[in-house]
Amino acid sequence: MGEHRKILLANIDKEDQHTLSGYESRGGYKSIRKALGMDPLAVVDEVKKSGLRGRGGAGFPTGTKWSFVPRNGAKPVYIVNNADESEPGTFKDRLLMERDPHQCIEGMLICAWAVQSNWSCIYIRGEYGYPYDRLNQAIKECYAKGYLGDNIFGSGFKHDIVVHRGAGAYICGEETALLESLEGAKGQPRLKPPFYPAAIGLYDCPTVVNNVETLAACVWIMEHGGEAYAAIGTPKSTGTKLISASGHINKPGVYEVEMGYPVLRFIEEECGGIWKGRKLKAIMPGGSSFPVLRADELEGVTIDYDSLSKAGSHVGSGGFMVMDDSTDMVQAACNVAHFYAHESCGQCTPCREGGHWIEKIFNRVSKGEGLPGDVELVESVCNQIAGHTICAFGEALAWPAQSFIRKFPEEFKERIKASVKGSPLRVLPMNFEYQGAH
Amino acid sequence: MAIKLSEAAEKRVEELKAKYPDSRSAVMPALYIAQEELGYVNGDAINWVAEKIGMAPVHVMEVATFYTMYYKKPVGKYHFQVCRTLSCALRGAREITEHLHKRFNLLPGEVSADGKWSYEEVECLGSCGTAPMCEVNDIFFENLTPEKLEAIIERIDKENPDLRFSSVKDKLGEGLKGQTKSEII
Ligand SMILES: Cc1cc2nc3c(=O)[nH]c(=O)nc-3n(C[C@H](O)[C@H](O)[C@H](O)COP(=O)(O)O)c2cc1C
Ligand code: SF4
Ligand code: FES
Repeated sequence: MGEHRKILLANIDKEDQHTLSGYESRGGYKSIRKALGMDPLAVVDEVKKSGLRGRGGAGFPTGTKWSFVPRNGAKPVYIVNNADESEPGTFKDRLLMERDPHQCIEGMLICAWAVQSNWSCIYIRGEYGYPYDRLNQAIKECYAKGYLGDNIFGSGFKHDIVVHRGAGAYICGEETALLESLEGAKGQPRLKPPFYPAAIGLYDCPTVVNNVETLAACVWIMEHGGEAYAAIGTPKSTGTKLISASGHINKPGVYEVEMGYPVLRFIEEECGGIWKGRKLKAIMPGGSSFPVLRADELEGVTIDYDSLSKAGSHVGSGGFMVMDDSTDMVQAACNVAHFYAHESCGQCTPCREGGHWIEKIFNRVSKGEGLPGDVELVESVCNQIAGHTICAFGEALAWPAQSFIRKFPEEFKERIKASVKGSPLRVLPMNFEYQGAH
Repeated sequence: MAIKLSEAAEKRVEELKAKYPDSRSAVMPALYIAQEELGYVNGDAINWVAEKIGMAPVHVMEVATFYTMYYKKPVGKYHFQVCRTLSCALRGAREITEHLHKRFNLLPGEVSADGKWSYEEVECLGSCGTAPMCEVNDIFFENLTPEKLEAIIERIDKENPDLRFSSVKDKLGEGLKGQTKSEII
């Protein structure tokens, strides 16, 4: 298979790709012109045929989501491009927005035509000042050229795009929290049902929420057809995926790989192997919200929904974090637990309280103050969180925490045993927290 | 009675309100605008936003306190946010925070006596491939070492650049020597 096929990153290195003229000189805005000449439902069908699944984390089939939007309803339809990108280890949407903002806009326009929406919003995390600037400039250029506004590409179709800055809350990446936030409220996830914002979303109107990478992929799909996209990758995980590779590797960065690409080969070839001549210990392949995998579990595992799920983790956002054999897994667990304790929106008791408990227990184990039974206590706290909360943050908190103690039990138990005996703790190779300021 | 902010700010809020399906959506950008002019979000800012958007002040307060990027007390003119999350921690984020601690002789959240410097630890900023990193106001500084960080601090101290995004002008500040991206040093 052609592993190095570039779809989303084809022009990412071109110096003027962020300008309208640069983008158009490489065939930009051809796909939307083609889409505007088609029946909107045929556009939805094309995306269905492509097998494209959501790249924001959950992997929901994109065409199916678009087909949930009611046709010719009384209410307006909205689109939200989810650019909140706050999953630890993920920085691919930022690259797309910084270097190829017009591809993001064109993807949104294709979706807009498909679901007949006249208004969309890019919800970008507040810390992304530079990509925000770039998107705004790109949008300005589009208005000036009539690619946005009341009569886009002279088709008579109207579409407006607003870029909306978040303000530092991880949970606003969850689609219903995002909608609350966009309605001018606290970003707290909504109770389900309704299950899909595509039916009832922003201001109770049908709303398609898609990730930046998902929408950008629609540009290639429209140009080359759904079947061509489906021919790339594996039957159930079609196309390419952007992987944000970070941690203890020689060449961190964003890589586009064909779905089905071997994990170990990815680490060796794309990532340039483990740094400092050390050995691989573990990875978190889909951001910190899915379980950690040990090096010995990676033989034969490939980057796609089926294989990573079978291995016990997930493609997730493609936030691929690599840890070498010097990594202290108790400290790594503390670091991850701190994130979730800090980012809970606070609506559900198991999540709000449980997150802090897990962090506290991990911290005391790490400091050499662990108690017998602490590992079992974490297990039981996790079991009481997962499945008992309003949104999937509960699982995102519980599963990784559980995975650290299940995959590296000896590191936790050894630390606890040492503290019970009162014997001096071995020197920690790294101490993540500085002042512990929250 | 709410305070008055600049005319440009008022005009910007009115424009924003018209851009959304419902003007309530403009509460977050309006809070940013108020913060830009006042340096942080205090009671005056809350009342100003409430009046402009037509929302109860308590509701605006709820929003302002939910999100970490609205500062409830003043921060330094140059506010350093060091990412502490896993990928940065694996590559030495702690040394970066430690350097700031020693350099400024401050704890996270404290502001230097001249009002110029402050820092805090934050969660993943989407720059994990160029870890460790920190954001100063609205600009990312990546692939840091304590030495690189020190060079950046010295240049900021000397040049006093504008590193903020302005929602009124709709653009990023001038940066160091006119650059707005982090590939500066
Ligand atoms: C806690 C939590 C955080 C999330 N953060 C993001 C995010 O930062 N970006 C994103 O695109 N999706 C995020 N999602 C997934 C969204 O809820 C939603 O499924 C996604 O935006 C849909 O787009 P897609 O189908 O194109 O992936 C998050 C979900 C959860 C539960
Ligand atoms: S699970 Fe956590 S983040 Fe999600 S709604 Fe409940 S408290 Fe909020
Ligand atoms: S972990 Fe530091 S920027 Fe992502």
